[in-house]
Amino acid sequence: MNWISNYVRPRINSLFSRREVPENLWTKCPECGTMLFHREFADNLHVCTNCDHHMGIIPRDRFAALFDGGIFAEVDVPMPTHDPLHFKDQKKYPDRMKAAQKGTGEREAMLVAEGEIGRTPIIAAAQDFSFMAGSMGMYVGNAIIAAAERAVATKRPLVLFSAAGGARMQEGILSLMQMPRTTVAVQMLKEAGLPYVVVLTHPTTGGVTASYAMLGDVHIAEPNALICFAGPRVIEQTIREKLPEGFQRAEYLLDHGMLDRVTHRRDMKSELVTILRMLTGQTPAVAGDLPKPEDVPAAPDAVAEAATGAAEQVDEA
Amino acid sequence: MTNYLEFEKPLAEIEGKAEELRAMARANEEMDVEKEALALDRKAEDMLGDLYKDLTAWRKCQVARHPDRPHCKDYIEALFTEYTPLAGDRNFADDHAVMGGLARLGDVPVVVMGQEKGNDTKSRIERNFGMARPEGYRKVIRLMDLADRFNLPVIMLVDTPGAYPGKGAEERGQSEAIARATERSLNVKSPVISVIIGEGGSGGAVALATANTVMMLEHSIYSVISPEGCASILWKDAEKMREAAEALRLTAQDLKELGVIDRIISEPVGGAQRARADTIAAVGQALEVELTALMKKAKGDALIRDRRKKFLDMGSKGLAA
Repeated sequence: MNWISNYVRPRINSLFSRREVPENLWTKCPECGTMLFHREFADNLHVCTNCDHHMGIIPRDRFAALFDGGIFAEVDVPMPTHDPLHFKDQKKYPDRMKAAQKGTGEREAMLVAEGEIGRTPIIAAAQDFSFMAGSMGMYVGNAIIAAAERAVATKRPLVLFSAAGGARMQEGILSLMQMPRTTVAVQMLKEAGLPYVVVLTHPTTGGVTASYAMLGDVHIAEPNALICFAGPRVIEQTIREKLPEGFQRAEYLLDHGMLDRVTHRRDMKSELVTILRMLTGQTPAVAGDLPKPEDVPAAPDAVAEAATGAAEQVDEA
Repeated sequence: MTNYLEFEKPLAEIEGKAEELRAMARANEEMDVEKEALALDRKAEDMLGDLYKDLTAWRKCQVARHPDRPHCKDYIEALFTEYTPLAGDRNFADDHAVMGGLARLGDVPVVVMGQEKGNDTKSRIERNFGMARPEGYRKVIRLMDLADRFNLPVIMLVDTPGAYPGKGAEERGQSEAIARATERSLNVKSPVISVIIGEGGSGGAVALATANTVMMLEHSIYSVISPEGCASILWKDAEKMREAAEALRLTAQDLKELGVIDRIISEPVGGAQRARADTIAAVGQALEVELTALMKKAKGDALIRDRRKKFLDMGSKGLAA
């Protein structure tokens, strides 16, 4: 896979299509109001340095921090039928799509990649909440199927980062059909004996929660992430009472037995490495200094590329 | 008494007039109104045909939700023999929004289940208007376990506004229960058939509509979101449900064209609510035909493979422009 076309070019595109730099220099934490300088904010993986509030992070930034040395190769996802219903609300669906593509520099709401984390080869898929609320349509379904197929072909575990407002209404029933479709993808992994770890991030709701996001071997959530089937507003309207503080948040779900862990974004990578290496029967990850890149024995293509960056990444951690 | 829908008002007037005439004639024996009344009947019949010939998507939603439409319980009682209800999810409770158990379709022992909406205030509350809680989906799972273990075909009747959006339902893992139910239905090694008999409401429906053969009644609907919900999100105005219903393509006819369902079961003129027995018989006939075909076609793992492939392939074609 070509690193320039898969990684560098989309990255440059997304830089150009984003808002002007001056506006982006500071981010205000919606939770505590602290003004965060962009560099510091990015270094802290979009987590507030003052109150630890976890803000949204786009898949490319997440992968850059997740994979050893920030190196990963994108896995191709087949493009689905374009606007299958000829959907039009106040805007046409293709227009909404174009606006989302321009705003994010991405093709669609999910990115699939392969690479190594702590020298453990994995496939990762991340949903992009900034792209039409990460909504699950045909493409997201195709992405999860492609991720599962790649994982089975390369015998790697799949780590999936979920973030979505739910199903993509503009694809009508076909978006609903992604629930059974993605479930078939999860079954492929299970039958191949490969670990499937779901990291639920803010927010994971609706049909996404009610399919692939709740079928993991291990469920980890980011702190305070909203995770639900029906949203709090819908429930309040139905039962006509105010919901308790923290209802449907990650910690609440942990208490109710729906999650295994709630983990800070900073610690996510090492935790994933630990869990995945145990599930796949590998030796413990090497913490601390690794041999210099030239001492690493030669490995085939993508694996070699990833290994070169591994050393410095582990040093930092 | 007939429950008229909003768009059936002109029809209600004519049928009302005919009824009035006949009432007058009964009161006054010298009056002969039969000719006029028959003319009104014919007019009403024509109008009914015209109204139902080309229902808009929103009107179909109204028909699909009609309180007089036959519900899951009516189908089970009429079409199956030796129906033996089985209760509970073996975890927490028995959800009355989902009914099911063992029964025979013809001679074939099957597991039958579906959402039941209820038909009066008391039963509607008891059935929670056909909106299942996690217990309902976990009951579906355990009934499928049973079907799988004894190689019994599974027949599911779908009729729900959606999964129940309540506090307890969320606490007990509504999402997980739905996800597992969908997963379970993909793994059953006996034939699985679904019929959407009224409302196929979103994620709450999909777990019971993941089948080898999915059929829909002519005026039933199946959608990712209710037209009202879609209108309030995309149009920011819940009153735009007509537009939303149209845009969502939730009718049986559109879903057939999209390849999401396999077969449409025709309803008598004027909808299932006007000819309940005929509609139930039509569903029974379609079930027997499809079940026989499915049992002949494949067995065990092949059925699972076919079912998965069907869903993996779904969406490869859009609607014609």
